[in-house]
Amino acid sequence: MEPFSGVTVRQAGADDAVGGVQPRWVALPETVEEVSAVLRDCAERDLAVVPAGGGTKLHWGLPPERCDVLLDMCCMNAVLEHAAGDLVVRAQAGVTMDALAGVLAEKGQELALDPPFAEHTTVGGTLATAAAGPRSFRYGTARDLLIGITVVLPDGTIARSGGKVVKNVAGYDLGKLFTGSQGTLGVIAEATFRLHPLPAESRWVVAPLPSGDALARVTASQAEPSAVEIDCPGGAEGADATVAVLVEGSAAEARALELREVLGDGTITAERPEWWGLILRDDVLLELRFPPARALEALAAAGEAGFAFRGSAATGRAYLEGSEEELAAVTGLRARVEALGGRLHVLAAPETGVDRWGQVSGLPLMRRVKERFDPGRRMSPGRFVGGI
Amino acid sequence: MLETLTAALRSLLPHDAVITDPVRLRTYECDGLTYHRATPGVVVLPDTAEQVARVVRVCNDFGVPFVARGSGTGLSGGALPREDGVLIVTSKMRRILEIDLANRRAVVEPGVTNLAITEAVRDRGHYYAPDPSSQQVCSIGGNVAENSGGAHCLKYGFTVNHVEACEIVTPDGDLVTLDRMDPGYDLLGAFIGSEGTLGIATKITVRLCRTPEAVTTVLAAFESIEQGGQAVSAIIGAGIVPAAIEMMDALAIEAAEAAVACAYPKGAGAVLIVELDGPSAEVERQFAQLEEICSDAFELRVAASAEERAAIWKGRKSAFAAVGRISPAYIVQDGVVPRTSLPGVLAAIDRLSEEHGIRVANVFHAGDGNLHPLVLFDDAEEGAGERAEVVSGAILDLCIENGGSITGEHGVGVDKSRYMPKMFSADDLDTMQLVRCAFDPRGLSNPGKVFPTPRLCGEVPGVRKGVHPLVESGKAEQF
Repeated sequence: MEPFSGVTVRQAGADDAVGGVQPRWVALPETVEEVSAVLRDCAERDLAVVPAGGGTKLHWGLPPERCDVLLDMCCMNAVLEHAAGDLVVRAQAGVTMDALAGVLAEKGQELALDPPFAEHTTVGGTLATAAAGPRSFRYGTARDLLIGITVVLPDGTIARSGGKVVKNVAGYDLGKLFTGSQGTLGVIAEATFRLHPLPAESRWVVAPLPSGDALARVTASQAEPSAVEIDCPGGAEGADATVAVLVEGSAAEARALELREVLGDGTITAERPEWWGLILRDDVLLELRFPPARALEALAAAGEAGFAFRGSAATGRAYLEGSEEELAAVTGLRARVEALGGRLHVLAAPETGVDRWGQVSGLPLMRRVKERFDPGRRMSPGRFVGGI
Repeated sequence: MLETLTAALRSLLPHDAVITDPVRLRTYECDGLTYHRATPGVVVLPDTAEQVARVVRVCNDFGVPFVARGSGTGLSGGALPREDGVLIVTSKMRRILEIDLANRRAVVEPGVTNLAITEAVRDRGHYYAPDPSSQQVCSIGGNVAENSGGAHCLKYGFTVNHVEACEIVTPDGDLVTLDRMDPGYDLLGAFIGSEGTLGIATKITVRLCRTPEAVTTVLAAFESIEQGGQAVSAIIGAGIVPAAIEMMDALAIEAAEAAVACAYPKGAGAVLIVELDGPSAEVERQFAQLEEICSDAFELRVAASAEERAAIWKGRKSAFAAVGRISPAYIVQDGVVPRTSLPGVLAAIDRLSEEHGIRVANVFHAGDGNLHPLVLFDDAEEGAGERAEVVSGAILDLCIENGGSITGEHGVGVDKSRYMPKMFSADDLDTMQLVRCAFDPRGLSNPGKVFPTPRLCGEVPGVRKGVHPLVESGKAEQF
């Protein structure tokens, strides 16, 4: 049976399973129109669809309730337009972040996002998961740099919002809504981003974890660091924790010296630390959010629960890595973190029935959005918050 | 109906918080865009989020539309009231609830003015970055509704990039908190800039920025607008992201001179205001580059003090009002083009101006291609208003043709909803309205704004239950 006329399709195998759910087909569209054709066909036949980019985070979230078609965006890998004079790029969703960076670097520019797994992760996957990296302190996250988007709805409708100018308040911003939607509202097909010039210089100040006060002074320093990252692999209350502070732009060396002064110790280097911005294992991975001033308390709580901690003391967002044993500690840790004014949710874990997200005030509204966009519950059903 | 509704409102709110006196109602008949007017059915001045929620619930009970209004400075008629509805004015809700410098946050009520936030933290080395021209008056709630920008958004972004959380009253009257820390859909991002059509913000957590170590403001005078434009391209090409790059043409300079005697260099075809900020060492280096780039300028002034900086900005900030000195009436337009299209678009505006005998003064945020052409006309002259409308509309067409936008910061409101189908397809607009239907299925929250035609939301589609008809008929299999 040839399910989708004109679009490349193959039979799915065990390797294509999403969270253990094996699809029947893998569709490989090459254009927005082909994405639309596939989704229209799926709508007519009530097939459930899971979109996939580089597959680096496909096992995050709950397994889909059902999955008939894996929509593999890998063939949509063109950088459509790099308007260097306007500091704007438009790209198809399947372009990897590293490939995009290569094209932009030819003109001395960059998309200032540094999500994990950049070698394989795609533009679409970066948006759909909203995975943030260290430099989000200075540049914001994917939703802050996205200025236009083309999406395909579950019924095949192609819709655009935003545009290719940075300053634009015409209409609702569908880009914000789809960023972080985990493939549950439709398919991200193309995206347009605001760019930045590549920094003239970069320096890292690497030091043992300082006091909370020094950390706060570094973050607020007028030397303007782009990132303040903590790495604590051991999990034991920050004893083996390191801080690395990134300075970018002109006079980076002088500014790095200023920051080292505040830290009272440290090495200045032009090489990024080897752990910088990485997720090393994600069979059990949590995202911890906390008020920046409570960074050390959050770090201690995560350590006591047995998790490795890597993330930003400046934005208050960290990845916690652990193993299945630590999952039992999630509920207790969440209570501690919420008492600090933070949040804890599970990005990836085997299904054990643990509450992955905790309380979310906007959940009823989110359900209503889902119902409007995907009334048949066919887009990555059941994968996201509250079983959306 | 309004009488019964008013009685219900009076039972919920203090006596002086419900306005029905026709004379007082008329003071709310328009926002900053004065040529759209409507007298609201009733005005309420709630003092708390709970009161806002109660008012919205009563509106739901009666099926009556409601419109939120902050300070009324909007320029697209976004807060234009409904004669058959309730206007909810947030001006009593102006408490700064919390300042948390350790976490660079402030929590404020929607009626707090934009500038008041900065004033509350300035002496402790912080500020709130978005700076719309009306910042002394405009409210933060209005900023959230419009996703306001300002001259410095080139480097720092817009309201949406500086709001961490909002407590909102949904169009159903529920109090819900949308927080960037929460997992799930970014409803906060969708809410900001929705122009009051998805609910009313009642508490806003904003991000505060550290005051930059150094600020250097430069005024460069060029003989022609082309030279000014080339300098802008060269600045961007050099990898500099200034805090602001503003440009004014000869006519706008003339107006500013007449109004505030800003003493810009005589004979300039264009002036450029460039503001660099950041760490001292970085600003110094960028300034050296800037001097080189502006070598075509016949005069370069550098502000050496806060007073001199204010003097440079004075002409620019007064530009809109200043054209009143050289023209009896004018339309302020707001459109965006890709920065590299600026020269072509400005030449085309010139041609339009000549063709219709209508003068156009150009003031713009050159760094991000946001144009504010001021279309000048004499309202005493027959047909002049219509000709100005034609020119103003044609400028928006130019923006769309060049891949830009019909609004960079003033919003769509009632004023530009008819241009939305030129910029977006029917599918685009229908998809946006899915969001609207999710939040406001009855269409009571600021109806008639943003979208040219309302969408009938219909029943909330339920989750499919039981056997699908296609499965039953054997046309599909269930997996």
